[in-house]
This record gives sequence, structure tokens and C-alpha cells, in this order.
Amino acid sequence: MSDIVLETRGLVKEFGGLRAVDGVDFVLRRGELRCLIGPNGAGKSTFFHLLAGTLRPTAGGIRFKDLDLTRLEPHEIARAGMGIKFQVPRVYDQLPVAENLWLSAHVRHGRAAAGTVADRVLDEIRFLQHRNTPVGHLSHGDRQWVEIGMVLAAEPELILLDEPTAGMTHAEARRTADLVREINRRATVIVVEHDMDFVRHLAAGVTVLHRGAILAQGSMDEIRDNPVVRDIYLGKRRRARG
Amino acid sequence: MALAALPFLLSLFQVVQLTVFMIFCLLALSLDLIWGFGGILSFGQAAFFGVGGYAYGVIGINSGRTALAVVAAVVAAALLAALLGYFTFYGRVGAMYFAVITLTVTLILHQVMGSTADPRYAVGAARLGGYNGMTNIPSLALELPGRPSIVLEPVPLFYAVGATLLLIVALCRALVRSSFGRVLRAIREDERRTELLGYDIRWRKLLTFVISGGIAGLAGGLFAGWGNFVNPQVFSLSQSALVVIWVMVGGRGTLYGAVAGTLVVQFLTNYLGAASVTYTTVLLGVALVLIVLLFPRGLVPSLGLAARRLALGLAQAPPAEDSGPA
Repeated sequence: MSDIVLETRGLVKEFGGLRAVDGVDFVLRRGELRCLIGPNGAGKSTFFHLLAGTLRPTAGGIRFKDLDLTRLEPHEIARAGMGIKFQVPRVYDQLPVAENLWLSAHVRHGRAAAGTVADRVLDEIRFLQHRNTPVGHLSHGDRQWVEIGMVLAAEPELILLDEPTAGMTHAEARRTADLVREINRRATVIVVEHDMDFVRHLAAGVTVLHRGAILAQGSMDEIRDNPVVRDIYLGKRRRARG
Repeated sequence: MALAALPFLLSLFQVVQLTVFMIFCLLALSLDLIWGFGGILSFGQAAFFGVGGYAYGVIGINSGRTALAVVAAVVAAALLAALLGYFTFYGRVGAMYFAVITLTVTLILHQVMGSTADPRYAVGAARLGGYNGMTNIPSLALELPGRPSIVLEPVPLFYAVGATLLLIVALCRALVRSSFGRVLRAIREDERRTELLGYDIRWRKLLTFVISGGIAGLAGGLFAGWGNFVNPQVFSLSQSALVVIWVMVGGRGTLYGAVAGTLVVQFLTNYLGAASVTYTTVLLGVALVLIVLLFPRGLVPSLGLAARRLALGLAQAPPAEDSGPA
């Protein structure tokens, strides 16, 4: 059982009367790559924020390795080895690309090694020519890459990627899928994604959230053949907001 | 440095005046550190300045040792900053509320110190004196063990304050260039992001605020030693706003900008005050509005950028060094 990296038990988050996350039991094993899908308002973002510690659960528990995340501050969770990439790229627009990477590498590797790690990641995401460019001057897709680079530089054990391909072209999305698989060799990964093509390309396990709860889990093919999922999400365009 | 030659070129009055301007530069620096690099607007720098001034007065009058009084000024102000910062940063108070809280504390101090006119409000021999202020504060003196202390005359005082300013600028520069400073800039850009990278932003903000408070307290102590006097006016709304104006005019996040902004605004105030008595405030206001409109990022960053463009345009030369008037 020690290969379980992340586990939530009866996780609940209420906003006023609304239950955005409603009793989620979620288990993730070391080295897994899992896609989290679901219609808008299914509770994916809230779930992410609960994992990151930026929201506190109303009830239930979260274990990351042997830590009780509900007791930790966001920075402590990050230090414990969780890396997050947000839906909208959250990068330091005024600072150069290299500085963004340095800031991320510095937490994990300390002052001495941070520069080397930042340089290596710069090369890995093929941004050497943009080293001194302020991130704000880059295109949306490129800023996504910088943020992915920041996640890489911190070398986390568990990576949360919230819609990594948002705003990317089809080719860029394919490249991202390859990179996510590459990252997955080193870390456990959860990806929230709307782009079904991308999810299929990843060939990962899928968890479907609906109205704050897990509706179905399995491979992409199993999910696609699940009539309930088809009904609310994949095929028909019914109102599916929770 | 050109600074060293100044006392020979200026009148005694100008030397004395420039000394107090440099003290104000320290106060502006303290704000630039927390606002320009930490992104936290504090209206409380005047409070730390005032507390430093009163602490210098109390210790100076009672012990007669001005070096100790300067230390007391720094410590008292830093302690107040630590207290304020602990509750606000660890309580995760928003930036806007932080600005309001610091201003409120300053104005409360103004009221409290104003109502100490009764002789029973005294610390040892030092009477607080209400709105009339604390008088007979000893001048800064050179104290060597086993010798009578030597009160610093205007010109030596000018050098002492100038050296202090240069030292503090150098220390601030080292701080903002260190890895601590780089993380501080990240906090300024995006607090939440920095936290999610794994940095504890609370103690970093607190430490910066304490250093900033200490520098403001140092300025307050030097001010009390310079003028032998401190009154609740140091806690006034106009004084609180003035510090922000200095940094805004000079440009925040450059350190040199804080120094330049203070000098420009203070010389402008003096010049206008001498030229016309009636409309000083109006003219000063117009001048400040013009500066902010023409140089929205402040004088030093704007001029630095212009100089660099000019250098690039004239010859295909490498970018010019950022030259700050310090």
C-alpha cells in the first residue's frame, strides 16, 4: 500500500450552500498518469485547490505520501514535493524567463545549484534564446511552456497540471502531450483537460467528475463506452452544470 | 565622490539643510525597500521615523549617550514594525487593508503623542511635551571610551549622515541582489504564485518590514539628533504622504530613485517656498502631478531608459549603465 502517493477520503468543500466537491474518494499510485475530466462546474478546479492547500476542505482528509495536507500551509505542501501548473499561466510577467525558472529551482535545489538547474530546464523546454526575455513579452502558448518549465525545475514528485494545453495550437498540444508523458517518467501526474484529443493521446487513466463527485474511472475506452458518461459529457450536449 | 566636496562649495545653512535631506533620503529608502521590492505599500514609515525620533530623545536625554540613542531608535522602530507586521502578515491581511492599518497606527500615534503635554508624561528626565514636542534632545556626538564626547558640528555631521546614507544604500543593494531579494521581487509580482512554489512569504515580508522599519527609525533618530527636537507632526498625515510622494517621484524599486525623488521634491519645495509664499503648495502640487504624468514610472527609471535608448541610438554602443544621482 506504500505506493499510494495521494489519497482523499470523503473530501467535501462547501461554498455557502453549494457543495462544489461532494465526498470524493480518490487514490493515486506512484508513477501514475491520471486525467481528470468533467463538465464545467464539476468541481475539478476546487478539487485542485484543495490539493494545493489554497482552499481548506469543509470535511474529509487528504494524504500526500505520509502527510496530512489539511494541516499544512500551501508553501509547505509545495516543499513536500507537489508542483502545480495553473489553468491560466501564472508566471512572473515582469521577470525574465531564466529568473522564473531560477525561482522555482531555488526552493528545491538551494542557491548553489539553482542556476544550473534553471539552465538545464531552459534547454529542455527549448527556450535558451528567450533566457532574458520578460515572460510578459511571450505568446500565450510560450508562457504555458515557461510555467511547465517552472514545474520541471522544482522536480516535484506529484504534478498537478490544470488544462496545460489551453490556448495552444494543435501541434503545440501534441508536443505538450509528449512532454507530459516524458515528465511522467519522473513524477506522478494529474492532468485536468477538456481537449479529448489530448487525453486520448496521453493514453492515461481517466477519472470523471460530475457535480463534485466521481462518476466513473477507467481507461479512455471504458469511459467512452460508459452510457452515463456519454449522456452527461461526451456525446450529447445536455445541460450538465452541477 | 562629489559629495565629499560639497561642504566647501555650499554655505553653512545649505550644508545643514542638505544633511536633513539626506536623513529624509534614508526614510524614503526604507519605503522603497518594502514598497518597491516587496510590493507592500506602507503608510507607516512616518510612524517608525517618529518612534525612532522619540526613542532617540528619551535615551539621549536620560543617558547622554547619543550612539546608544541611535541604536535605541533603530530597535524601537524595528520592534514596532515586527509587532505590526507579525499580526498583519501572519493574519494574511490584504495589501489595501495593510496600507490603511499602517496609516491608522501613524495617526493614532499622532493623537497619543499630542496628548502628552502634562509634565507627568515623562520618561525619566525626558518630557514628551504634547504638541510642543520633546526639546533639549542632545546633538549627535562622537563618543570614544575614556574621552569627553565631541558634539558633531554641521560639517562633520554632514559627512556622518552622508556616510550612513551610502552605507545603507549599499546594504539595501546587497539585500535586493541576494537570493532573498530575488524571492522578494517574486512576492511583489505574485504573492500566491510564490507561495505555491514553496516559499514561506510571511516571514520574508515580516523580515523586510522589520528592516524597513529599522531604517526609518534610524532616520528618525538622526533627525532628532540633527534638530534637537521632535514633535507629533512627524506622525501627521502630510508627513506620511510625503514619504510616498518621494518614492513615487523618484521611481520605486530602484533605491536610487528614492534618494533622487526625495532630493528633487525637497529642493523644489524649498525653491518654491522662497519664490512665492502664497502659492507654494499649489505650485508644488502642480509640479508633482506633472512629474507623475510625464514620468509615470518615476524619474530614475524613466531617465535611465531614455539614456539607454539615446546611447543605443547615437552609436551602436552597448547599453549605458544605469546612472543614479547618489
